[in-house]
Amino acid sequence: MKVSIIKYNAGNVQSVLFALERIGVNANVTDDISILKSSDKIIFPGVGEASSAMQYLKEKKLDEVIVNLKQPVLGICLGMQLLCKSSEEGNTECLGIFDNQIKLFTGDIKVPQIGWNTIYDLKTNLFEGIKENEYMYLVHSYYAEISNHTISKTDYGIKYSTSLQKNNFYGVQFHPEKSSDAGQKLLENFIKI
Amino acid sequence: MITKRIIPCLDIKDGRTVKGINFENIRDAGDPVELAIEYAKQGADELVFLDITATNEKRKTLSELVTRIAKHINIPFTVGGGISSIEDVSALLNAGADKISVNTSAVKNPQLIKDLASQFGSQCVVLAIDTKFEDNDWYVYLNGGRVKTELKTLDWAKQAVALGAGEILLTSMNNDGTKDGFALDITKQISEAVNVPVIASGGAGTMQHFKEIFENGKADAALAASVFHYKEIAIPELKRFLKSNQIEIRL
Repeated sequence: MKVSIIKYNAGNVQSVLFALERIGVNANVTDDISILKSSDKIIFPGVGEASSAMQYLKEKKLDEVIVNLKQPVLGICLGMQLLCKSSEEGNTECLGIFDNQIKLFTGDIKVPQIGWNTIYDLKTNLFEGIKENEYMYLVHSYYAEISNHTISKTDYGIKYSTSLQKNNFYGVQFHPEKSSDAGQKLLENFIKI
Repeated sequence: MITKRIIPCLDIKDGRTVKGINFENIRDAGDPVELAIEYAKQGADELVFLDITATNEKRKTLSELVTRIAKHINIPFTVGGGISSIEDVSALLNAGADKISVNTSAVKNPQLIKDLASQFGSQCVVLAIDTKFEDNDWYVYLNGGRVKTELKTLDWAKQAVALGAGEILLTSMNNDGTKDGFALDITKQISEAVNVPVIASGGAGTMQHFKEIFENGKADAALAASVFHYKEIAIPELKRFLKSNQIEIRL
């Protein structure tokens, strides 16, 4: 099993690497296109700002590589948002795998949302063995709307998508690498897909 | 629903955990990595590590400790103490920290908050404030509570959030170490004045105190050290108590 983590300017990849180590997976962190293409599983992490991340992906020609990947891909946090159509953050055109638009939280809530919230309406085997209303750790100011790609939902002022899936692409807004045992289970499930 | 967070704080000196009573008379309370693992198992929602040595020569030691912690725990953690530059923050985040906290350096150079937020994102920038009530108002203190400023706590909190702080860790020096409860009034004032989460710190002595700081102090998270280190309050029992009092908690 060859697992690669996409290396770019918005990745705090250390936590993801350690989480994979804890489940016995040694991953590469790379922006080498041939290594990425030959990997069995790809993780697209991300902590940072959307427009500068997209600009970097384009400069490195990683944008074209990512959208053409055929193996299972898991976007985490900003990684998931970059797989969507566009983001209000920096008015950014994203990779467009998912039709969803990424919007800024508004209303009488604290932004960013920081902490543990529940996920529900769980779909696909990404959530095998994870119970409805399980807690996951979230840190974000922007969210994906509900769409036909939604495979988990969360309430924070409004109902929104905490996970998306289309074909081989998966995205989670929460941080499985920081979400205790349930997050670890989700990473194990992704590795098994 | 987003849950209220319970955050054990580990004060670190020379790689060991200590806890100051009113910021003085520190006493050894164990190995940080072992304690961190134990707290994660017990259901802590997050951890904070404050390096109270924080001299330059120790910085490398801290990064190594951060990496050891990150390898072993699967919940988020914040690292603070003596952080004053983008380079400091970059090293700690690369070592595996999820967030960093700044305190004295941000008061001396508020632009630091803005620079950190634009470089790493607001979500990893926690502003720590040590505050004391005197002369009828809450004032900001620096250098671990040793230096008074003329800055009013509420004003500073608002300014820091405008600059990009993603969270506020508010420690009341009047309450810290007393075990008489958190500072409800200033926590509530700040929580209502800013649009980012507020972590209340200082004064936890009983489970009731946690209930009060969430219900009356409007805190988003509560931080404590000695009541957890010396096993006076067990985290699972605390969380069940809060849940049974209709407070949103992760069990």
